Amino acid sequence: MMAFIHHFTKTYLMWNEGPMIWTSDVLILLTSIGILAALTYFKKWKWLWTEWLTTVDHKKIGIMYLIAALLMMFRGGTDAELLRTQLIQPGMKLLTAEHYDQIFTTHGTIMILFMAMPFIFALFNIAVPLQIGARDVAYPYLNAISLWLFFFAAMLFNISFVFGGSPDAGWVSYPPLSELGFDPGVGENYYLLALQITGIGSIATGINFIVTILKMRAPGMTLMRMPLFTWATLSASIIIIFAFPALTVALALLLLDRTIGTHFFTIAHGGDPMMFINLFWIWGHPEVYIVILPSFGVFSEVVATFAKKRIFGYTSMVVSLMLIVIISFFVWGHHFFTMGTGANVNAFFAFATMLIAIPTGVKVFNWLFTMYRGRIRLALPMLWTIAFVPTFAIGGATGVMLAVAPADYQYHNSYFLIAHFHQVLIGGTVFGLIAGMYYWWPKMFGFKLDERLGRWAFWFFNIGFYICFMPQYALGLMGMQRRMFTYPANMGWNTLNLISTIGAYLMGIGFLFIVLQIAYSIRYGERDLTGDPWDGRTLEWSLPSPAPHYNFAVIPTVESRDAWWEMKKQNRTDEWKVKEDEIEPILMPKSSGRPFMFGVAFFVFGFGMVFHWFIIALVGILVVFGILAHRAFEYDDEYVIPVDEIKHVEVGLGRL
Amino acid sequence: MTTQTNHTGEAVHVKHSAKQYIIGYILSLVLTAIAFVLALGHAMSFKPLIIILMILAAFQILVQLFFFMHINESDGPPYHAIGLGLALLFAFAFALMSIWIMSFGYHAQLVS
Repeated sequence: MMAFIHHFTKTYLMWNEGPMIWTSDVLILLTSIGILAALTYFKKWKWLWTEWLTTVDHKKIGIMYLIAALLMMFRGGTDAELLRTQLIQPGMKLLTAEHYDQIFTTHGTIMILFMAMPFIFALFNIAVPLQIGARDVAYPYLNAISLWLFFFAAMLFNISFVFGGSPDAGWVSYPPLSELGFDPGVGENYYLLALQITGIGSIATGINFIVTILKMRAPGMTLMRMPLFTWATLSASIIIIFAFPALTVALALLLLDRTIGTHFFTIAHGGDPMMFINLFWIWGHPEVYIVILPSFGVFSEVVATFAKKRIFGYTSMVVSLMLIVIISFFVWGHHFFTMGTGANVNAFFAFATMLIAIPTGVKVFNWLFTMYRGRIRLALPMLWTIAFVPTFAIGGATGVMLAVAPADYQYHNSYFLIAHFHQVLIGGTVFGLIAGMYYWWPKMFGFKLDERLGRWAFWFFNIGFYICFMPQYALGLMGMQRRMFTYPANMGWNTLNLISTIGAYLMGIGFLFIVLQIAYSIRYGERDLTGDPWDGRTLEWSLPSPAPHYNFAVIPTVESRDAWWEMKKQNRTDEWKVKEDEIEPILMPKSSGRPFMFGVAFFVFGFGMVFHWFIIALVGILVVFGILAHRAFEYDDEYVIPVDEIKHVEVGLGRL
Repeated sequence: MTTQTNHTGEAVHVKHSAKQYIIGYILSLVLTAIAFVLALGHAMSFKPLIIILMILAAFQILVQLFFFMHINESDGPPYHAIGLGLALLFAFAFALMSIWIMSFGYHAQLVS
């Protein structure tokens, strides 16, 4: 018995690895007990289940995505702070090389797949149906499935830290390093299965929003009258459905290599590890456009609203989005210029990469022209948008430098690259996501986030960003490679690394200010009683905040771009007021507990596969099929909201 | 889908008889069987075999598109045709360019 316990704690709980694991165990245990106790004490279990876990309402799903994304930002951010602390001076002993490998792997994976992705899905869900005048997405049940697949995949990925060991082959997980021969632990399996499971959810979300946008727009809302965030969502969704299958294939083949001993990527038996790199980036590069385009959409909304002007060059905005969709699939080779594929291949991908800077540049100029002579209000969303412009411009410029294939041989995989992609992913994606969060927060929760604390967060995060990443360009040119866990003192890198780490701490403080701001605003934030706190332009601002669960009591008829703004300008907002005789019963999708259970089942399946405990995996996958079958025979999945109830809600909102 | 179509009043779904699905199913089975027999029995030399298999695969795609995905039916603009066009573009681009990349300039060296 003792021997078994000893073996278990050593192999699975990794208690021999020291205080960092112990601390995590204790913290996780305390947090879990705290959550369970609070739910029981306040008798919130039933509320949690009926209102949240079983919901198919896009607004609530969006909120859950947002909460998960912020939690994952905390986890990924903590990873980043640990990495930077290890590099604060040469020869630091905070992390061992193994721990450093694990932490940069989880940092990258979590930030891209479990922070940025759910964050964009949060914004899709919160904004798109309201912007196009729909009552939910096209497939609400599938939407819930996407959420829970993502959520349980994220859980699966995160428990690796305290159970069995984290993945440690980098977020790209290149073979042969990620093959069994070099990486025999379970960490890589966690990576492969968690990404596979969340990938299913992502593809489903892509399909869901394409159909929603194409098929469910309010009468009169032609494609060219759609808000630009909706266009950006459509573009990102198109990229998702064509890019993610490549990742699925790459990960599945690697999983087969590791699980049943095939040789797709092991050279010794005729496989080719470089094929993984090729497949990974067929997904990987479009992926960065998946996460940046929604931010572009946010900026378009925010700039028009806070400059009080129509967006400059709407048509060119749409065209450049679509061009980016196409070209984004023809640039993946720039991630492996140094692989030795030949001059022609490199020339093609270098050219395509420079080409994609053109539509992106068009968009940046359009935002600037929209601001030009506008009446700019520097509210929080606009502040982040304005900060985005120079940050992203510098990031784009260094990107074009990296795209010069011969020069790339000099700084490939150096800190120059690290600085570049953090500059576009933070300065582009994260700034946009935070701007979007501030912008739609009142629509989600009915109150604004506190401006003063938000400004503290903004300045700490922005100044911290520049202090953190500008030195890294220099470090890269001075020869510092990425993924080094320590460095000798005589390289001349000491000061710049110290400065960079200070910047990372400032960004951490900035994030804590956002947390503080949310906590403070829940109690003291300015309540949004009009539903239109920013003097908005698009349909979502014609609704109360938060919107009733059926969104529109009567679907409005749209006559122009910026529909709500036009109605306000023409003093015709009364026409969209609900009239008693126009209300009809509304058919809505029923809540269901199955999507949640579906996620649990996939978690069990993934967990079994990670450890090659195939019985557990089999149980999981059988439940998955059982749920699919059960759903297939469900004929009654909708319910009717009677007119009286709608009237009651609308009267309660003071709209009738 | 069904939830919303009732409100906007579009998307009238055509009811399909089982016949179409059964024909499609049999056709796809037959196409698979032909390919399987040809490959397993080494019925011809490598090059023509590959060509025949490619043609069979193309037919298979057509069966899927017409009998199961109802590519020829739509209400409203033909978005699905645009989607299909994009899919073909990307699929061929990925496949051909991957071959190009993974041959590591072999052909270029051969020519020079």
